[in-house]
Amino acid sequence: MFGTALTASDFLFLGQGALMTLAVTFFAVAGGTLLGLLFGVVRAQINPWAAMPLTFVLDIFRSVPLLIQLVLANAFQAIAGLQLPPFATSCIVLALYTSAYCTEIVRGAIDAVPAVTRRAARSLGLSWGQDMTYVVFPMALRVALPSWIGLTLGVMKDSALVLWLGLIELLRSGQILVTRLQEPMTILMIVGAIYFLMSFPIARLGGALEKRWREND
Amino acid sequence: MFNYTFQWGQALKNLPRLLEGSLVTLQIAVLSMVMGIAFAVILAVARNSKSRLISAPATAWVEVARNTPALFQIYMAHFGLGQFGIYLSPYVALLAGITFNNAGYLAETFRGALRAIPATQTRAGRSLGMGPIKAFRLIIMPQMFRIAFLPTTNQMVWAILMTSLGVTVGMNTDLAGITQEINVRSFRTFEIFALAAVIYYLIAKFVTICARLLAWRMFRY
Repeated sequence: MFGTALTASDFLFLGQGALMTLAVTFFAVAGGTLLGLLFGVVRAQINPWAAMPLTFVLDIFRSVPLLIQLVLANAFQAIAGLQLPPFATSCIVLALYTSAYCTEIVRGAIDAVPAVTRRAARSLGLSWGQDMTYVVFPMALRVALPSWIGLTLGVMKDSALVLWLGLIELLRSGQILVTRLQEPMTILMIVGAIYFLMSFPIARLGGALEKRWREND
Repeated sequence: MFNYTFQWGQALKNLPRLLEGSLVTLQIAVLSMVMGIAFAVILAVARNSKSRLISAPATAWVEVARNTPALFQIYMAHFGLGQFGIYLSPYVALLAGITFNNAGYLAETFRGALRAIPATQTRAGRSLGMGPIKAFRLIIMPQMFRIAFLPTTNQMVWAILMTSLGVTVGMNTDLAGITQEINVRSFRTFEIFALAAVIYYLIAKFVTICARLLAWRMFRY
């Protein structure tokens, strides 16, 4: 049952797929976090009614399946004549998708900083910007980081969907090997193990961080 | 603005079929949630077991479900089992994959909820003469569901979104499947997928609102 026709070059192929997964994840999370920080600060600071349009748009990214978003974006960039490669389209869609979740994390973290602390900072003469960087940021980071790690891992797993646009990431490279070698279970197990190895240690780190910071509160 | 003529008629003409597909989508999501919750309760209890023989498989299930993509889990059910001569239809594979995923995530939610319930609750139940199972069923479980209700609703929305993955294993009766089928026949990709996105959005909102109403009805004192 475990006799297999896999060769070293097949593992290299899977490795390339894993690198593609990591690359898409990196750009998506980097872009999504920057946008999420911006949107999160906006959502936490301005009147909820004024932030309504932003809230609504970001909610759409969380309520429509990612697969549909990818196909829509790909069709749209073709209609608009942008001629983006699938890699860029995937990264943009995933970044927006990430930003929608990141916004909620940032907003929650900022809201978790007690209002009296911020008022104290302001009454000591700190400007809004100083209050944000020296008081809110360090305190909010503790709340946000474990969820942010969870989000990053979630995006890495969701990035498997970019195979629908033709990108050869980890799962797709596994699928290609399956069609050639006809050993679906063996190959998928290896693919799963690679995903697990990329995700599990970081998930554990996030869990440990959360526990440690909660104890020190 | 664009060198493209939008043909919304093509999409709207197929609206009844898309709505039929939405029912299948809802059906899969509900079934996967019901089974997922049942498995999750067992997993949550099993993970707290002192016997490693019981807790280890439960931990393995939860960690695999949480650390691999949902699409991978569906592929496992659809392609992976083929190596052993088990061929699941796209419907069953999709349902199995999402159920596996739901159970893993919900088990963690339930475990967290169980930890929030004081141990004295069980002891009080036991000292009233209830057996361990009866005490769990009548005392602990209702409290657990109350604490875990909001995360469970989120998981339900997730389950709905995950059903769209079925199209990658050849599912052609749910919303995403029918959308793709109309797409390959009409090549009106943007229009038809935009309509599908609107329907998914409405389903997700509908479920969220229903859950809110249900919570308000069930959990008021």
